[in-house]
Amino acid sequence: MIDSTTAVIPVDSVKTVHSESGSDWILHHVMDGNYLDFSPLGKVYLPHLQLFGLDISVTRHVVFMWLGAILLFIVMTRIAKAYKSSVIPKGFTNFWEVFILFVRDEIARPTIGKGFEKFLPYLLTVFFFILFGNFLGLIPFSATFTSNISVTATMAIFTFLVFVFGGVRSNGVFGYFKGLIPHGVPIFLLPIMAVVELLGLFTKPFALAIRLFANMTAGHIVIYALISLIFVMQSIGWAGLAIPLALFIYMLEILVALIQAYIFTMLSSLFIGMAVHQDH
Amino acid sequence: MIANILFAVVALIVSEGESAEGGLLSVNGGLAFWTVVTFLLLVLLLSKFAWKPILSVLKQREDAIKDSLEQADKAKEEAKKILAENQNNLAKAEEESKKIIEQSRQFAENLKEQILKESKEQAQKLIADAAEEIERKKNTAFDELKNQIADISIKAAEKILKENLDAEKNKKLVDKYISDISKN
Repeated sequence: MIDSTTAVIPVDSVKTVHSESGSDWILHHVMDGNYLDFSPLGKVYLPHLQLFGLDISVTRHVVFMWLGAILLFIVMTRIAKAYKSSVIPKGFTNFWEVFILFVRDEIARPTIGKGFEKFLPYLLTVFFFILFGNFLGLIPFSATFTSNISVTATMAIFTFLVFVFGGVRSNGVFGYFKGLIPHGVPIFLLPIMAVVELLGLFTKPFALAIRLFANMTAGHIVIYALISLIFVMQSIGWAGLAIPLALFIYMLEILVALIQAYIFTMLSSLFIGMAVHQDH
Repeated sequence: MIANILFAVVALIVSEGESAEGGLLSVNGGLAFWTVVTFLLLVLLLSKFAWKPILSVLKQREDAIKDSLEQADKAKEEAKKILAENQNNLAKAEEESKKIIEQSRQFAENLKEQILKESKEQAQKLIADAAEEIERKKNTAFDELKNQIADISIKAAEKILKENLDAEKNKKLVDKYISDISKN
């Protein structure tokens, strides 16, 4: 009780102190909300929905998630159609083919090995869904839905389910959970190892979720913090430092957007490979 | 100032559930629900309409490239084999033709020799035949001549005898002539 109140106080004081120059606006930008923010042009408020007591309002991140999904669907079906008319890729198709082949040949094939084709649709969808989300977040007035822990956690749970079911399917229920414990462990260590490995099982998706969320959030917070420097210092002179730095971070964000999509897919694929071929 | 801002940011991130929409680290059930729905739909739709056709086309293309490369290799190998065979055949044919020429030359030589020999033999035979014929003709001519001479001498004797007929003398004379002829 006492702890929570004391923890709240500095936050509140910070909020009130910078209520006009603002530091909570950073979080308003990074976090989800029930409106689309086109300030200074205005805000578009989104409808509020409820399903069996669960608040399923269409929030900002939901909107951009749908936008990303629709974009992704349009792009990929166009490529599929392009391939139907000619096997030889051109321009647009060629560009996306690089990524598809990358996921297939550099991520899925080496990490999963035999039988990787079964997991390829999932991995491709994960890769492009995150990639589109990351890049959508870099467009002004938009929001990064991949920087929301709810989204990343859900995706990580999907990966968790895929690799556990994949492991169970190829090794059997007993075989899979037995295979989690490494060979040659002394008997007296078995209970400890079982607990450790079980924890390790849940650590994997947890790390996936946190990694993507933190990476996508951090860049945005840094950019906003750098820009807010101008207002906090109440001097336009700081823009000379803040804007180039913010631009630099933005460039870094482009790199991070690519890398995080790659890492999430790569680790998912790695976990699937470890679960399917446990003897390696 | 900067430290103050950083502190504020950290404090805001840590303070979960402060604002009405929840903190940065709070999991929002509604958003998770939409993520599940969207993502599952996306996986299903993309698998059916995008990944399946795209991946199959890519595989087809790779297989086609692999196949044509292998075929090209095979064709090259075959061409090499055929070339070697052709060269071999050519060499063989050349040898064969040389042999044939040699054989025919020898045959012609033999024929020539044979023909020469035969014609020489024939000529010799002709010469021999001619010589024999000449001999034979000579003999007959000689015989004829002998008979004619005998006739002529008889006729001459008759003439002489007609002029001075003396039987006894004549008989003696005739005998004498006859013996003379037979002596010859």
